Amino acid sequence: MVALTPAEQAMLEGTQGKATQKAMELLVRYAEALGAERFVETNNVAGVPGSSPPWVKEYYAADGGDYRAVFCRFDLDADEVFDVPKMNAFSCHLQGGMDPELWREQGMDEAAFGNFKSDEGEVAGHGIQILKTCTPYLAGNVPVMGEHCAWMESSAVVFANSVIGARTNCEGRESTSAAMLAKRIPDWGFHRDEYRRGDHSVEVAVPVDSIFEWGMLGYFVGDAVQDTIPVITGDISDPSLIRHKHFGAAAASSGGVEMYHMVGITPEAPSVESAFGGAPRGERFVYDQAARRRIYETLNSVGQSEDVDYVMLGCPHYSIEQIAQAAALLEGRKVHENSALWIFTSRAVKATADANGYTDTLRKAGAMLMTDTCSAISQAIPKGTKVAALDSAKQVHYLPAMMGIEGWYGTTQECIDAACTGKWKGKLS
Amino acid sequence: MSTQMDETLEKPRVVIHGRKVVGGVAEGEALVTKETISGWGGVNAMTGTIIESRHELKGVSFAGKVLIFPGAKGSSGWSGLFHMTRLRGTAPLAMVFNVMTTKAALGAVVMRVPTITECDQDPLEVIRTGDWVRVDGDAGTIEVWSRKPGA
Repeated sequence: MVALTPAEQAMLEGTQGKATQKAMELLVRYAEALGAERFVETNNVAGVPGSSPPWVKEYYAADGGDYRAVFCRFDLDADEVFDVPKMNAFSCHLQGGMDPELWREQGMDEAAFGNFKSDEGEVAGHGIQILKTCTPYLAGNVPVMGEHCAWMESSAVVFANSVIGARTNCEGRESTSAAMLAKRIPDWGFHRDEYRRGDHSVEVAVPVDSIFEWGMLGYFVGDAVQDTIPVITGDISDPSLIRHKHFGAAAASSGGVEMYHMVGITPEAPSVESAFGGAPRGERFVYDQAARRRIYETLNSVGQSEDVDYVMLGCPHYSIEQIAQAAALLEGRKVHENSALWIFTSRAVKATADANGYTDTLRKAGAMLMTDTCSAISQAIPKGTKVAALDSAKQVHYLPAMMGIEGWYGTTQECIDAACTGKWKGKLS
Repeated sequence: MSTQMDETLEKPRVVIHGRKVVGGVAEGEALVTKETISGWGGVNAMTGTIIESRHELKGVSFAGKVLIFPGAKGSSGWSGLFHMTRLRGTAPLAMVFNVMTTKAALGAVVMRVPTITECDQDPLEVIRTGDWVRVDGDAGTIEVWSRKPGA
């Protein structure tokens, strides 16, 4: 049984209002399902509160079929509908369903856009920040080491735990929406010291020194350790934000990695012993040339045709550094008439890209810089797409399966070349 | 004699004990996989079908089945996706899984289906696809028959 503080008991009794009471009820059910013994307080919550496609609203037609109905019935899993006040915690909205301006180009209709606008107005009205990104840490929400968070988005969760040393489980829509009101989340998993120690070793025996290589290593690691914590040592160099972003997203997709240690690189792994909290244990995996080739072939196993008609970049959402690189690679070139190039980022980063002229450079080359979403989240791809090229191991894991298309994985340069020539020429060097 | 035979047939082949994740009782045909399941991006909520590339159950629907699996993986949209299967009527009847994660716990809670974990025998070894399974979340028991009792 989960122990409640007097303040939590009071919330459950309704002293903070109906919405917070129902939020606490859901969190208690969730804590008991986990086997958690108490809650931690959180004031940093990131989710997708109340946003829903029209069919979900229609499902709740008897309750008004609106944001309020969806938030009460779906997000809080309550059996009644009530007024929802402004959120109590610092709360952020992660990625959404379409670009706020280029939605027509994404194939959305007026009705879908109307639904999107209406949800966004409600989200803002409830005091939730419109970050609209899978990379909140690039758009105004950077937690600090030791901070208890309640975040959705597996790539952001693994970044927060591993690279920053913040503490969050991979929360879901309902738990984050409830935490926005109750400012509580079960004290389980990554909130606790003993859970943050390494389970298995991964030795890197080939040079991993570019974002492309970091992505493949991440995909290998997730496949090897599944949902446990790897301790990575060996030939991995030149860490940077975008490399960690790509690595973590890949590891969270092929397995369920929510935290990793890179010895000498990540903050809770100054040494192998500290990463494991004692002697190394578990299995030992080696990432060598054969493993690297196998991962490359796995990632490219859904690619057959070399005629690429769509290139998607920005999974996870591109940083300003990556947009600058893409703009430089496209300078003076044109996207091929048989292809399309869409690059995804957050609104905050796009504002910088606009100021730097990158958005214009991309537009002149026939590419589009889009915000809020990605092709997997919005299920929006250029009409008639059969073959996509992607520089993200995570995206190649998801998009072809979701959309029934072929997919190639390669470097950013190879992807941009494919966009400009309509041909896939990627290979493993 | 025939009554005795019937009673033998009605007895479960095995009874597994575990911990309640979500209470309630449900029974139905088992769908067993030794591979973890991705929710968002791995399942089509409209049909309850697994769509993940290279998954051993790709193309198979868990709608109306008792889903026996190692655990959840992938996107944090797991609970939301499985929650939508409840709305569409494509949710599993009950679930048994081995590895506890926030995804699987929250998904089970919002699907409101009887769910058990921390079993005293490995359900992936003991239960076969097509077995008839009765999950009693409150009692923490999973009764397994080779075919539907009385059928």
